[in-house]
Amino acid sequence: MIVASPKSVTELKNLIAQHSKVLFVGCGTCVTVCLAGGEREVGIASYAVRMARRIEGKPLELTQITIERQCENEFIKDLAEPAAKAEAIVSFGCGAGVQALAERFPGKPVYPALNTQFIGILEEQGVWTEKCLGCGDCMLAQFGGICPVTRCAKRLLNGPCGGSTETQCEVDDGRPCAWQLIYNRLKGIDQLDRLDAIVPPKDWSTSWHGGARKIVREEHRV
Amino acid sequence: MIQLEKEEIAATAPGEGWEPRIIAFCCNYCAYAAADLAGSKRMQYSANVRIVHTPCTGKIEMEHILDAFEKGIDGVLVAGCLEGGCHFLEGNLRARRRTGRIREILDEIGVGAERLKMVNFSAAMAPTFVERVEEIVATVRALGPSPLKPSRQKESAGEP
Repeated sequence: MIVASPKSVTELKNLIAQHSKVLFVGCGTCVTVCLAGGEREVGIASYAVRMARRIEGKPLELTQITIERQCENEFIKDLAEPAAKAEAIVSFGCGAGVQALAERFPGKPVYPALNTQFIGILEEQGVWTEKCLGCGDCMLAQFGGICPVTRCAKRLLNGPCGGSTETQCEVDDGRPCAWQLIYNRLKGIDQLDRLDAIVPPKDWSTSWHGGARKIVREEHRV
Repeated sequence: MIQLEKEEIAATAPGEGWEPRIIAFCCNYCAYAAADLAGSKRMQYSANVRIVHTPCTGKIEMEHILDAFEKGIDGVLVAGCLEGGCHFLEGNLRARRRTGRIREILDEIGVGAERLKMVNFSAAMAPTFVERVEEIVATVRALGPSPLKPSRQKESAGEP
């Protein structure tokens, strides 16, 4: 899922300082699961911003709504009515959600309430880690299902660097060396011979480096 | 959600004779029992505190506390079992983390973290309950009325 973290109450309050009628929109998908922008988080942020504005003597009229997915027009349609009544919209979705709302409501300012971080997983309650860069050319099969492109700080494709200490990455003691994990994993599934193959330099043209990407799949078009 | 009547909050509005109004969320297994024991022992403590009986401090959502502050409460006490003694094992530990987060928010928005406190005691610690209540009443009294408390004037003018 896409993992995001909330902006501070002060930052959020400053974003909407010039507005007095605002719509807070939560997203029921990734950011609900990572406890950053679901119905509950929208509620808590609403309390905080409303109180902060009241203390400043500039009360805020705030409407909250959480839709299933902000990145799909089908669900954004539900916002038409509340959005029309608001001066501005604050999106508790990921960056895609914010932009989808901005496209759908060209006449309304749309502000982000979250900092979108990465594609990752829940390690334990309250702890998320990055697992995928979205490079567009998945190499996980070669590395036993552990991605060195994302999880090796140097993105090495042919074994660890000389800086790893025991099992830890030299960049951060709290981060495991991806190549140690790859070795352990390949050993566990009896595929250590994969390490004999030299991996050629990665083709980064599928990644973000050429600008925003687009996928068209004709078989699904209507 | 907390059902404090508007009039009740307004009755303690800033001005002459202001008295702090404080909510104590007490867990069923320890804090509430301690409060009950304090009552049975006829121990005296400030009447500024209203007790809300909860199954466990872990059941107190952040929204409950924020809602109380938005409605103008002057202080909130979250009272749970001693750490390690939670009937549900770690409800009070979760409550401590949540309380800590709300304290950060309260500081950030200008209400003040001191208005919210988490305390722990066992069912037998009635004197400690009384002490903690007196402490928060004194703290809140020194801080003055909540900046979110509706004033009497506004109330009479029909404003929220």
